[in-house]
Amino acid sequence: MAQAIERFVPDGATVALGVALEPLIPFAAGHEMIRRHRRDLELVGPISDALFDQLIGAGCVRRVTAAWAGNVSEGLGHCYRRACEQGVPRPLEVHDHSNFSVSLALWAAAWNVPTLPTRTLLGSDILRTNPDLSADGGLVNVAAVRPDVAIVHVQRADGLGRAHAWGPLGISEEAGLAADRVVVTCEELVDAGVTLSDPNRILFPETKVVAVVHEPGGAHPSPVQGCFKRDHPFYRDYARRSRSAEGFEEWLGEWVHGVADRASYLKKVDLEAVRIKQHRPSAPANFADE
Amino acid sequence: MSEGPGYTAQELMVAVASREIRDGDLVFVGMRLPILAYAVARNAHAPTARGLFEVGLMRDQPASGFLGTMGDPPNVAGALWATRMSNVMALMAQGLVDLGFIGGAEVDRFGNLNTSYVGDPARPKVKLPGSGGGADIAILSRRWVTLMAHERRRLVEKASFVTSPGYGDGTPGWRKRNGLLGGGPVAIITTLAVLRFPEGGGEAYLASVHAGHTADEVLANTGWDLKVAGDVGETPAPTDAELASIRRFDPGGFWTRG
Repeated sequence: MAQAIERFVPDGATVALGVALEPLIPFAAGHEMIRRHRRDLELVGPISDALFDQLIGAGCVRRVTAAWAGNVSEGLGHCYRRACEQGVPRPLEVHDHSNFSVSLALWAAAWNVPTLPTRTLLGSDILRTNPDLSADGGLVNVAAVRPDVAIVHVQRADGLGRAHAWGPLGISEEAGLAADRVVVTCEELVDAGVTLSDPNRILFPETKVVAVVHEPGGAHPSPVQGCFKRDHPFYRDYARRSRSAEGFEEWLGEWVHGVADRASYLKKVDLEAVRIKQHRPSAPANFADE
Repeated sequence: MSEGPGYTAQELMVAVASREIRDGDLVFVGMRLPILAYAVARNAHAPTARGLFEVGLMRDQPASGFLGTMGDPPNVAGALWATRMSNVMALMAQGLVDLGFIGGAEVDRFGNLNTSYVGDPARPKVKLPGSGGGADIAILSRRWVTLMAHERRRLVEKASFVTSPGYGDGTPGWRKRNGLLGGGPVAIITTLAVLRFPEGGGEAYLASVHAGHTADEVLANTGWDLKVAGDVGETPAPTDAELASIRRFDPGGFWTRG
């Protein structure tokens, strides 16, 4: 993980994170960015369940391009508020989107066109505050947003970049196609025989994927279908402690700076409380050709 | 807990919201109380409704386990469709979503919702989390409902920022003139009352008051001179079946007894 972040997330990078919405959020990768003191990042995502808030509070972020930033079960993002309202720890630029329009911004980049038209956002003041959106002839034009890197957590991947994710995908596919590079973090590192047995489930072209990091539990406290439930009390504790800047610093000291890596972090978590133990496999698809 | 009636304001709000769901509706469910409202409706009067979630899901049966978010594993198990968000948005863009739910921090007399900024966006007094899918639902779904705490600072004369448009400046035909596809808001369900909009849109009026509260109390907690329906009555209480449903899907009272 350290190598992947060091190499592919330089200061000033535009980074897509949390693109499957509430599930599969690459918290381990985000925490590594904080430990490496990344600065001036632009974060791109649909809704960010606490990870954007943490990166903002740690001073890593220059701009947020997103539909929503906060804590989904608990409400407001307190670091996001402090940055926007008081410039603490540093001022933050916000490019507001809706979920639909942030998806379109990434599809525009994926298809290499400057804008895509849509009927959403007509009549919304978001058009006035985000320079990437403009209304024209009864449609809204959404300007392309091209991340330097998309970081995506999945259930399994092979060492050559073929990632399998299942459950709802949010805007994962367009984020991966729009980004110059994709970093995959995974619960399980598998042989190519597993991923290639079901090529429909491969999220991105392997040519986009520059790193695969085997990081079990790397999405905690977000849910991973078949592996972990969402750790609701962890989000609640974060919301409570991040209410003040001092409380946030203390939280960050405990959960990010105070641990060397994700393995050390997981030793502090009651993973068994959120581990999914049952099996509910899909039926195999026959890919035979003769 | 509100005193007396044997249910909380949130439980009543869920019951009222569930009655907005008609059988056969395709419902853009959203988060929090509407997740419960969908479950209640499916188990009662809307057995063939389907729910859509912007995370990329369609369901018929409500999830069997507690949901803190729409992306929680119980909402995925047994789904009718697990897909990408843009596929879900495609249905809404075609006008195929009958009803959506949106939460809001601020709503005004014409149903415009603010979930973005209180005060100047360049230096806001409060930075709210943003649209999420709210603006998309407000603009594209056929009709929508919002739920919120009934406070003067939330029900305001004019939303300081319109994240999710209702009926704009309230002039007839505002939505059509501005190219908005869907029909607009039909109800504001609060902790004190239900506000509705006239057919075709316009200005919200007080339609019913929850048990234990009065119209005067509602007016005192509303930031504009709220019109009152001639036949304003008491909001029908949750039935035993509705309460049983709510408590089954929110067993710890996370959403309804916080």
